[in-house]
Amino acid sequence: MNIHEYQGKELLRKYGVAVPNGKVAFTVDEAEAAAKELGSDVTVVKAQIHAGGRGKAGGVKLAKNLDDVRKYADEILGKTLVTHQTGPEGKEVKRLYIEEGSDIKKEYYLGVVLDRVSSRIVMMGSEEGGTEIEEVAEENPEKIFREYIDPAIGMQPYQARRMAFNMNIPTDLLKEAVKFMLGLSKVFIDNDCSIAEINPLVTTGDGKVMALDAKFNFDSNALYRQKEVLDYRDLDEEDPKEIEASKYDLSYIALDGNIGCMVNGAGLAMATMDIIKHYSGDPANFLDVGGGATAEKVTEAFKIILEDDAVKGIYVNIFGGIMKCDVIADGVVEATKQTGLEIPLVVRLEGTNVEKGKEILEKSGLNITAADSMADGAQKIVSLVQ
Amino acid sequence: MSIYINQDTKVVVQGITGSTGLFHTQQALEYGTKIVGGVTPGKGGTEVEGVPVFNTLDDAVEATGATVSVIYVPPAFAADAIIEAVDADLDLAICITEGIPVLDMIKVKRFMEGKRTRLVGPNCPGVITPDECKIGIMPGYIHKKGHVGVVSRSGTLTYEAVDQLTKAGVGQSTAVGIGGDPVNGTSFTDVLQAFNDDPDTEAVIMIGEIGGTAEEEAAEWIKQNMTKPVVGFIGGATAPPGKRMGHAGAIISGGKGTAEEKIKTLNESGVQVAATPAEIGDTMINVLKERSLYEKCLTHEPQV
Repeated sequence: MNIHEYQGKELLRKYGVAVPNGKVAFTVDEAEAAAKELGSDVTVVKAQIHAGGRGKAGGVKLAKNLDDVRKYADEILGKTLVTHQTGPEGKEVKRLYIEEGSDIKKEYYLGVVLDRVSSRIVMMGSEEGGTEIEEVAEENPEKIFREYIDPAIGMQPYQARRMAFNMNIPTDLLKEAVKFMLGLSKVFIDNDCSIAEINPLVTTGDGKVMALDAKFNFDSNALYRQKEVLDYRDLDEEDPKEIEASKYDLSYIALDGNIGCMVNGAGLAMATMDIIKHYSGDPANFLDVGGGATAEKVTEAFKIILEDDAVKGIYVNIFGGIMKCDVIADGVVEATKQTGLEIPLVVRLEGTNVEKGKEILEKSGLNITAADSMADGAQKIVSLVQ
Repeated sequence: MSIYINQDTKVVVQGITGSTGLFHTQQALEYGTKIVGGVTPGKGGTEVEGVPVFNTLDDAVEATGATVSVIYVPPAFAADAIIEAVDADLDLAICITEGIPVLDMIKVKRFMEGKRTRLVGPNCPGVITPDECKIGIMPGYIHKKGHVGVVSRSGTLTYEAVDQLTKAGVGQSTAVGIGGDPVNGTSFTDVLQAFNDDPDTEAVIMIGEIGGTAEEEAAEWIKQNMTKPVVGFIGGATAPPGKRMGHAGAIISGGKGTAEEKIKTLNESGVQVAATPAEIGDTMINVLKERSLYEKCLTHEPQV
């Protein structure tokens, strides 16, 4: 789950991590009021969407007076920003962050992520701030420094000092930098983050070390114990079909093809997309119905697939382990009845209770094309949607 | 021979009275697995399916002499269950549970440093040595005893590969699901090493997917050490970057962890990678024939 920049900064503030003063605004009037309250010489008007690259897309403006604030707020609110992370359809701006301008001396990069190889949390820092860390990793890998955090004791002050020295943060700001880093590592661990990225981290003319931007991502497996983080969720930023799917504990990701897929198991679901593509078809989605699916869940999965108008056929590919084939078959029959399915449906069943499942499908009298194998099913659905 | 488990393996089920734990305990007993005990705190002294239930894993191990546990505990309590298994000094703990918070697994891994217990999973189908011992949620009937080892990050894709082998008359020594989480216990390399040392395994199928670098690390190990042929498949070639494809670990981030990169690295290490998931079995059979291992690996009548 992602959150907005202003929410991320609110979280940082709670942990004593320095951020510029700022306020969220949903209207032009609110934006003006916020700027008036901040009372800084320069005010930054920032679009709040769950994607990077806002500045280049015209979503971040510097205002020198309140008229400018009104002008920019009016311009950005309701605008659809297209950045390299939004996809071509872009994202509509519904919230603004009004922030005091900072006297920036230098920009740095600081991020915390999971390191899969060491099974540890790692803080990464670089004096190459402002640009994307992937670019730095590509061009100047020697300029990225890493501190691995021991889960038993957390990040230690000496690690933060070493990081600050490596990043060439001026020595007179060492104390501020250490406080910032230790605070950020604590935010990450206390809130079950999966990414915490401060890009840029800045040093200012008045001797501060501050987060000028804040990007957070949270481990969805841990949201059950992060009620406050969950309150930050902005459903406007998520795909409505993905939200609907998550209510039923289905893992769904929209793609741009025309063959709807319903599969059990993430690996098989990915492989099903791959094999459809192999036979020159185009998958409309990734959908893993998971292990503990009920007939109701399968029905909902069907409805979600069918809500996508681009879908011209459905391929159900099930290899039952924990998932029983008869449950899937019941769900498919129920869904077909409820939705009055009018497009081709290919079903491939294998695994636990497969005979029962096949029997249910046959007896239903519905127009379902049975497939003997994964490849057979993929070929059948591809030719049926052509 | 086989790896990790065999007909003598005594198993305790952690979370035996939950619906998932119970269903798969019944299935395992039917398969012939020696399930000697179960653990559900507060239900000690009772019995399910003729299996005695204990309050703690220590009690269960002491009373039954079990050396392996399988964990069906809900995600919020699963890390605790794994640590209990490690603390009980078991040989092997197999965690089926999906959805454990990453930070919990990081603590588990830290706790496991220097301990002897091997963890398989979490978020995995389990381990099966056909006709001997089935621990986990895989459908037993698709497996046949034989000489091809299988290791995979995906559950259902493992079944797919096993099914293709079985239908082609090629049995399996052991099939291990290492799970789809970014932080897990046993790696591809661990399992490959075990198969390499197992006199009864002639060749190995390795099924990976997008995300992380576990396949690349395995490829490096194969290049340096593996004496037996390995056939691979990587799922997710068509997955968009930045999206988590079901498995917590299956995500392409910062241009890293793509299927293309993994396939290339595996090929360079001499691993034949199947072009589609439907051709994993055929790819293995071709390799067996090339290496003159086919006759030995043909364990039963192929289904036409």
